[in-house]
This record gives sequence, C-alpha cells and structure tokens, in this order.
Amino acid sequence: MQKLIIAGQEFNSRLFLGTGKFSSNQLMEEALIASGSEMVTTALRRVDIQNPEDDILKHIDPNRFRLLPNTSGVRTAKEAVFAAELAREALQTNWLKLEIHPDPKYLLADTIETLKACEELAKKGFIILPYMQADPILAKQLEEAGAAAVMPLGSPIGSNKGLITREFIKIIIEQANIPVVVDAGIGAPSHAAEAMEMGADAVLINTAIAVANDPIKMAEAFKLAVQAGRMAFEAKLGAQLNQAEASSPLTSFLDL
Amino acid sequence: MRFFDTLKQYDWEQIKDSIYAKTKQDVLHALNQAQCGLEDFKALISPAAAPFLEQMAQKSMLATQQRFGKTIQLYVPLYLSNTCSNSCVYCGFSHQNKIERVTLSEDQILKEAMAIKQMGFEHLLLVTGEHQKEAGFTYLMRAIELLRPHFAQISVEVQPMSTEEYQQLRQAGLHAVYVYQETYHQENYKNYHPAGKKANFQYRLETPDRLGKAGIHKIGLGCLIGLEDWRSDIWHIALHLSYLEKTYWQSRYSISFPRLRPNAGGFQPNMVISDRELLQVICAFRILNQEVELSLSTRESPTFRDHVFKLGITAMSAGSKTEPGGYAVHTKALEQFEVSDQRSPKEIESMLHEKEYEAVWKDWDRYM
Repeated sequence: MQKLIIAGQEFNSRLFLGTGKFSSNQLMEEALIASGSEMVTTALRRVDIQNPEDDILKHIDPNRFRLLPNTSGVRTAKEAVFAAELAREALQTNWLKLEIHPDPKYLLADTIETLKACEELAKKGFIILPYMQADPILAKQLEEAGAAAVMPLGSPIGSNKGLITREFIKIIIEQANIPVVVDAGIGAPSHAAEAMEMGADAVLINTAIAVANDPIKMAEAFKLAVQAGRMAFEAKLGAQLNQAEASSPLTSFLDL
Repeated sequence: MRFFDTLKQYDWEQIKDSIYAKTKQDVLHALNQAQCGLEDFKALISPAAAPFLEQMAQKSMLATQQRFGKTIQLYVPLYLSNTCSNSCVYCGFSHQNKIERVTLSEDQILKEAMAIKQMGFEHLLLVTGEHQKEAGFTYLMRAIELLRPHFAQISVEVQPMSTEEYQQLRQAGLHAVYVYQETYHQENYKNYHPAGKKANFQYRLETPDRLGKAGIHKIGLGCLIGLEDWRSDIWHIALHLSYLEKTYWQSRYSISFPRLRPNAGGFQPNMVISDRELLQVICAFRILNQEVELSLSTRESPTFRDHVFKLGITAMSAGSKTEPGGYAVHTKALEQFEVSDQRSPKEIESMLHEKEYEAVWKDWDRYM
C-alpha cells in the first residue's frame, strides 16, 4: 500500500481518528491504538492547553500519533486564527484542522470564513487541513490558499449517513493536487471502504467508533476497511456495468 | 418578528385539548418517524404515551449517545445575590419574604470562585435574584470581568436585560443565558408574578429574542413544572424552541425541568408531575430534537439522577449550594431551593465512570 504524504510527512495509516464522545479517555486511547491511526484530532475547547497534565492529551502518545488540534466551536475566521495561534504556542505544533461552523445544529462549515482563515493561517506558516462542504470549487480555492489537504464532508457530522455527497467528492478527488480526506458522516466500515475505493486519500472517523458498543473492535474494523478500500483502489477496480457484456452485437458481423 | 406574535396564534385551551386527545396510534406514529414535528411531540407528552415509556427511553438514549457520546457536562451554580424586587408567589427569594439579603462583594465572589475551582469546575453558572440596583447589569459585568480569567465558560441565570446589555456581557465573556418563562399561560402568569419587572409577561417572553439578536451562544428555556397544566407548558417550550432555532440559527439551546414539590408551609403546586412523567418529558424532547442540551439539577434525587442521566440528559450540576456564599464565605443567607442530591462533584464523576460515562469539565474556552 502506498504511503500517504501530507505536507511532506509520511503516514502508514490512512485512517484519522477524532477523540470526542468516548465513555472514558482510557477507552479512547485503546481505540486509537487498535485503529492503527497515526493522526488524531482533538477539539481545542475540550483540552486545557496550558496544562501538561491535561487528561485527554495524556492519553494521546506523541510518539505514536501526530496531534491535529481542531478549532471546533469557533464561528468566525478571526476566532479560528486566534485559537490556532494559541494552539501553536501551547502544543508546539503548526498542524491544524480548521473547522468553522456557525450553525450549532448540523455543524456545517462556513465556506466564506473558512477560506478567509485558511489564507491567513497559511501566511502564518500553519499546515492546514480544512473541514469543508463537498464543494469542488472551494476545494481548489483552498488548495490555492495554501491548504495541505482538504476535508470535505460525507454527510453532516455525527450523522453516520455515509457518503451522501459522493458525486461531489468524486469531482474533488479528480481535480485535487493535494490529499483529500473524507471527514464527517462516515458511519460504517463499508462507507469508509467506499470512500477509499473512490480514491480518497484518507478518512476521518469519530462518532462511528466512539459510540459503538465495542469501540476497540470497531476501530479495528475501520482499520481493515480502510486498508481494503485503498488496496482495491490501487489494484484498479473493474468498471461497473448495468448488463452482462456479451460479445459485440452491433459490430460482430464484421468478423463473420 | 418576535415570539409574542407567534404565541398569539395559539389558544392555550385548544392546545391542551389536542394534547389530551392524542391516541395510541398517534404515539406509534410519532415513534416511527425519522424526525418528529410539533404534532408528534404532543403525542409523546400525552397520557397516551405513558405505556410507551420504555421505547421512548431507548430511542432517546441512542439519539443522545449518537450526538453527545457517552459524556455528561458538569457545571455548578454560583449564587451571587438573593436580593429581589419580584414577588413570585412560589419563590423563597420573593421580595415579600423577610429573609437575610446578601449580595457578595468582589472579594467574596473571588473566594467563592476559588473554592469552586478547587472542585474541578471550568463551567460556571452565575445566579442572582432580580434587583436592578443591587444585582443589575453593572454588578454582573463586574462579576464576569472578575471571573473570566478563571473559568472556560460563564453562564448566567439573572434578570432579563436589553439586547445592548447582552451584547456587552457577551463581549466580556458571557457564554449562555438561562431565562425561564415559568408558564406560557398568559392570563395566569400574572397571578404568580404580581409585582416587580417580572410581572411583564411579554418582556420576559421576548428575552430569548433579545438574546438571539445579541448573539449569545446558548439560550436556556424552561418552565416551572407545577404551576399550570405541565403538558401544555412543555409543548409551548417546544414551540418556542422551534421558533428560536429557525430565527437565531447561530445559537444553541438548552432546556431545564425545574419542578415544584409539595412542601410544608410553602407554595403548594397546582399540579404534581411524577418521576415517570418527568422522564417522559425528557425523552420526548430528545426524540423531538437531537441537538438541544437537556439539563438536570441537584433539585432531583440521587436515585432519579443516576438512572435518568443516560436517557437524554447532557448536562448536570453537582455539589451545588443555592445560597450566596455557600461554598466558602458562609453567610446567613437562606438557600433558594433545597438541594436533593448532596453528593460532591468527585462523587458524581465516580458515579458517571461506574456507569461508563465520561464527565466533561471543560468544553469551551476563553477566546471563544
């Protein structure tokens, strides 16, 4: 399997994990390990970044995982930039998952503010992975603004509905020069495998693992699904046809 | 457009009758919807839904876990003042009552805050009586400025204010405002609130509109269960919530369920809600709305809280003192209501862990 490269860093796993909604930080850590993931995102608002003994951060081993702080909860570009700078100083990382959702119900990304923040943060030297609507134009604009990868949604955060935005994600993948990470809405390993078969570079999962009856086993299931989907993509899937393909009914007379 | 205009389109008695007319079929229809509406909600809070409580609880629990995970946010109230110019007939802080009145000084506020920090809290709810001079806007602004550096999230449950005042408080770091209508029955509202600013039904009713316009992040709604027919009041909260979500779409919402209990000497509730019925209300709200915060205070007993928190609740107070100075300063002030769950915050956290839930102490930050 090819390695994933984002901003020059290699990743052996194409599965990223979120840290919310687990019933304990201990269980979260065990699920992270079982998933084989090397990239873990956590909401800045949940951690006490000034406190080295913070209970969430203590459970994310920096030797195993790259920590990807996210700005979930901010509503504007201004708040996002402020949060990013705090995170960079306190957590000693310039990696950032940019999330700006002014709508607290469906947590959909604000396109205008996200683009604005991405431009500004790129100038400040951040490695930015923006959460975004599955909008192919926006994906190109974010790429031009300096994003290290784009993270379009499959369906609303936490909905487990899978790849509702499938057709748009295909266009984003086709046009992208940077990695495409499908984020949000992936509710089952089969959804993750589908995204990988389509050519997504990685997927990010949180709710489907954290809320499962057995999060550790589910983490492993996602690990296998992501591997299977990626391998299928690299092996090149056969085309899907609506009918069985016999011979060449229109042109076979030429062979007679 | 303000909520008062929406409310005028509904007749209390008609709403009440339509709730009590709901049948088993209506309840089954509501339970089988992917997404309930306000008519389905009537069925879920109706007497006809009582035999379906177990199914409602299961549906509610799963919906809550999917949205919020196996977590409960913990917060604590800090009573700053029990001075009040209202005369709410059910409240211990009423202007009419000859009780010791205390408003904490800046030093006292900080002492209380430090005691609360020691317990582990990052989310703080400031509570005052409604008194313009003693505990009005200026006092509250000062309190927020003092406390902001120490807490990740500050909320208030105080007298209603103007949009401009809310904007200023938000800029100073105010996150959420809880303002309970007590009852949506406009006629009878004045019997419970005969004097003071609170006697103005419409001004109170439109407070969430002013909060939404001011961009307050979270707006808390509620009624005092036990004044009027609780099913009708609960439905009006759902109507209010639905109006607010569409109008002020950038705010989050929260609902609390304070209930009056019969007590010797005090105000006697007109209607008593049972534990089963209160759980029915909680589950009905979750089935109606998967995002709304549902909060359960220490008014409720340990047994009730330990069983119900999984079934729809997302936030709980713990270790609460309901008199000004209750944590460290210790004045002679009386508590506003009797705390039923006396356990410490650490004991609540252990209880949650035993039941395989994570206690969330911090879910916001100073820069937000």
